[in-house]
Amino acid sequence: MPAPAVELRGITKRFGPVLANDRVDLLVEAGTIHGIVGENGAGKSTLMNILYGYYRADAGTVAIDGEPRRIGRPIDAIRAGIGMVHQHFMLVEPFTVLENMLLGAEGGPLLASGVARLRASLARLGREHGLEVDPDARVGDLPVGLQQRVEILKALCRGARVLILDEPTGVLTPQEADELFAILAGLRAQGRTVVLITHKLREVMAATDRVSVMRGGRMVAHRRTSETSREELAELMVGRKVQMRPDRRPARPGRPVLEVRGLEVADDRGVPRVKSVTFEVRAGEIVGIAGVAGNGQSELLEAIAGIRAPTRGEIRIDGRSVGGSAEGRPRGFGHVPEDRLRMGLVPDLPACENAVLGYHRRPDYVTSGLLRRRRIVEICSGWLERYDIRPRAPMLPAIAFSGGNQQKLVVARELEHDPELLLVGQPTRGVDIGAIEFIHGRLLAMRDAGKAVLLVSVELDEILALADRILVMFDGRIVGELPAERAEERRIGLLMAGIAAEAA
Amino acid sequence: MRGTSRLPTWVELLLLPGLNLVSAAMIAGLVVVLIGEDPIAAVSLLVYGAFGYGEAVGYTLFYTTNFVLTGLAVALAFHAGHFNIGGEGQAYLGGLGSTLVALHWGHLPSVLAIPLAVAGAALFGGAWALVPGWLYAKRGSHVVITTIMMNFVAAALMTYLVVNVLIKPGQQIPETDIFATTVWLPPLAPLLAPLGLDLGRAPANLCSILALLCCLGFWLFVWRSRPGYELRVVGRSEAAAIYAGIAPARVTMLAMTLSGALAGLLAVNEILGSQHRLVLGFTGGYGFVGIAVALMGRNHPLGILLAALLFGALYQGGSELAFDMPKISRDMIVVIQGLVILFAGALEHLFRAPLEALFLRPTVER
Repeated sequence: MPAPAVELRGITKRFGPVLANDRVDLLVEAGTIHGIVGENGAGKSTLMNILYGYYRADAGTVAIDGEPRRIGRPIDAIRAGIGMVHQHFMLVEPFTVLENMLLGAEGGPLLASGVARLRASLARLGREHGLEVDPDARVGDLPVGLQQRVEILKALCRGARVLILDEPTGVLTPQEADELFAILAGLRAQGRTVVLITHKLREVMAATDRVSVMRGGRMVAHRRTSETSREELAELMVGRKVQMRPDRRPARPGRPVLEVRGLEVADDRGVPRVKSVTFEVRAGEIVGIAGVAGNGQSELLEAIAGIRAPTRGEIRIDGRSVGGSAEGRPRGFGHVPEDRLRMGLVPDLPACENAVLGYHRRPDYVTSGLLRRRRIVEICSGWLERYDIRPRAPMLPAIAFSGGNQQKLVVARELEHDPELLLVGQPTRGVDIGAIEFIHGRLLAMRDAGKAVLLVSVELDEILALADRILVMFDGRIVGELPAERAEERRIGLLMAGIAAEAA
Repeated sequence: MRGTSRLPTWVELLLLPGLNLVSAAMIAGLVVVLIGEDPIAAVSLLVYGAFGYGEAVGYTLFYTTNFVLTGLAVALAFHAGHFNIGGEGQAYLGGLGSTLVALHWGHLPSVLAIPLAVAGAALFGGAWALVPGWLYAKRGSHVVITTIMMNFVAAALMTYLVVNVLIKPGQQIPETDIFATTVWLPPLAPLLAPLGLDLGRAPANLCSILALLCCLGFWLFVWRSRPGYELRVVGRSEAAAIYAGIAPARVTMLAMTLSGALAGLLAVNEILGSQHRLVLGFTGGYGFVGIAVALMGRNHPLGILLAALLFGALYQGGSELAFDMPKISRDMIVVIQGLVILFAGALEHLFRAPLEALFLRPTVER
């Protein structure tokens, strides 16, 4: 048997009182795709950052291809043949693809020879791995999927034989993710090794050969992917049984709460993104809008929320027309926005001030122009308790909470103000399994309490788990409507891809 | 700046600026040694000149008041996400506002005339800052650029008005007639005399108390009021503001107007409290130093009070020092101020990382 590509033994890393990695062992066989799964904060990224030389382990050894190595800086890792693609790309956007590749590999004070060499190897790698990218395109102009390709190429150009990808699909559409996995399979076929960090079990099952599970800084299990299941992995990650599909009673839809008629919305550049969309959401039902990201769902949601002015059409909430202007949030609906850090929260402000964002004009929070600070803190503390948001610190800035806890804070705020209509965009993006289970449960409880819920998600699993009716959006139009009981993944997938609209 | 930090408040407001100050003092001390003077003697002269006797205290107080007002002005705009460099021009226009009131309503009793003149200063300063605010809200013009430009416009406008329109008839010096005493702000001296502090001929006046009230009002407004909350939301995330139904354009215009009004109040101290007539260039760079005061004060009224006191003492003590140590010229004082600004402003993060390492546990992977 050949030496393992990566062998970590007894890696321990302590940040102050927190043990981020506790005697972690990891063995990655050469020529495999190895998944590392775990909830946020389980220690996956710390481990990989140690392997890549960003952090120095307090204890433990690293061996690459059977040879013990000291990796103190990223340059040591690069020399050992390790490449890393970060969740947030390290690219210079105004530079071209070639210029980005050149960074750190200039090959002398004059660029000409380096450029020629890189151009050749770029073409070769592109052919070999199906990683074609226009070397003269400006990186900022490329879609995210291609930017990621540039990152992979960058690592390969530097001779990486072990490629680490940290949450690579967080920013990708399902199609782009599938393309990525095809590329990774190609790399494996060439004998390279891939380490894939993720918390999406679907991807682990689809793309990896082996999988290691981390929880609370420890490695808790190693499995062959073919011998495990999503349920088992989820249980290992969370440490208890997890309900992947929430229980749900049949919906009892009532009066229409949200009515959208002939809605057209353009994006910031004036390009039409929502084209003549008509639908309604009734009290006591969850309507899910499925679709590949960028097919107009975001603009649709923003238009209904009053953030973006529609160019045509009508939006009625409880029979009152609300569309036509972007003057702010009308009363009576909650909105969990798609991008919590950009829109749903003010990262620098404390949790308690974020807890009233958008509701800060309500008389319960204001007396004679002054905010009722003590009451706001009290209410926020209650939510932190009930939604199990950690740490329980209402004065801590929102940015200091983890992604899942931030999302729970937003969900708490929008649910606790008891809206008749709830608009929800990507409610579980970047949120770990325990929190997903909780948020899904709350959304179903809202439905059962007779509220109307509009759910936009690019996670098909989520739509299938929650929605009573599913609308599929493609290129700004609703191309199909399916009741939950007749919804199958394959059929929706085809609709999402814009194929066989008539088949539905 | 403040808000993103997770350091304890006292570290943020006292220790960090304190370290910056000590560093500035060390370098300044080196400079003093280089020109062949005794730095210890220089410091004690400076401190004596600023606090050593009643009149010195009065002057320090007077300058401090100027810096508090312009510092608050910069800080308020900062909380809304804007860098108001135009305090100088706004204060200048504030002078016009209070002068117009003083010249036209000087016959009114003080209880009416003074509030009117104060309001005039705030109104004109606010209106002058509203222009960049409006340009930003409607056209997206960068506030830094427009406020700087407005400083030049203000200077030209005021020169024209003072030289050609408001000048006292029959004289050559470009200044207005002395105001009626009804609009003069009462001096602080009689108030402090019973406490045994003789301010002498120092120009410190009731505006110092107004500035203190502004600090309190600033705190209440920014951290406790609903519009202040909206202002902070807009300043930190415009997208979140729109999501929350807050109109950033309206909030920006409000913030700039209030910022300009605070800067305009400088005229209350200088014109109504001390000069009692409008003179060219009475703003004397206080508007610009306000930027450093706000930076050093971490945009918090308490910090601004302390920073303003420091700059006030440097101003007053510095002139005494220049007088007593001929080798240390007026320009040397400017050098020392420059060092303080350098360390407090440009290098404000110099000691942040080590302090954070000291006071905080590192955050773990999220």
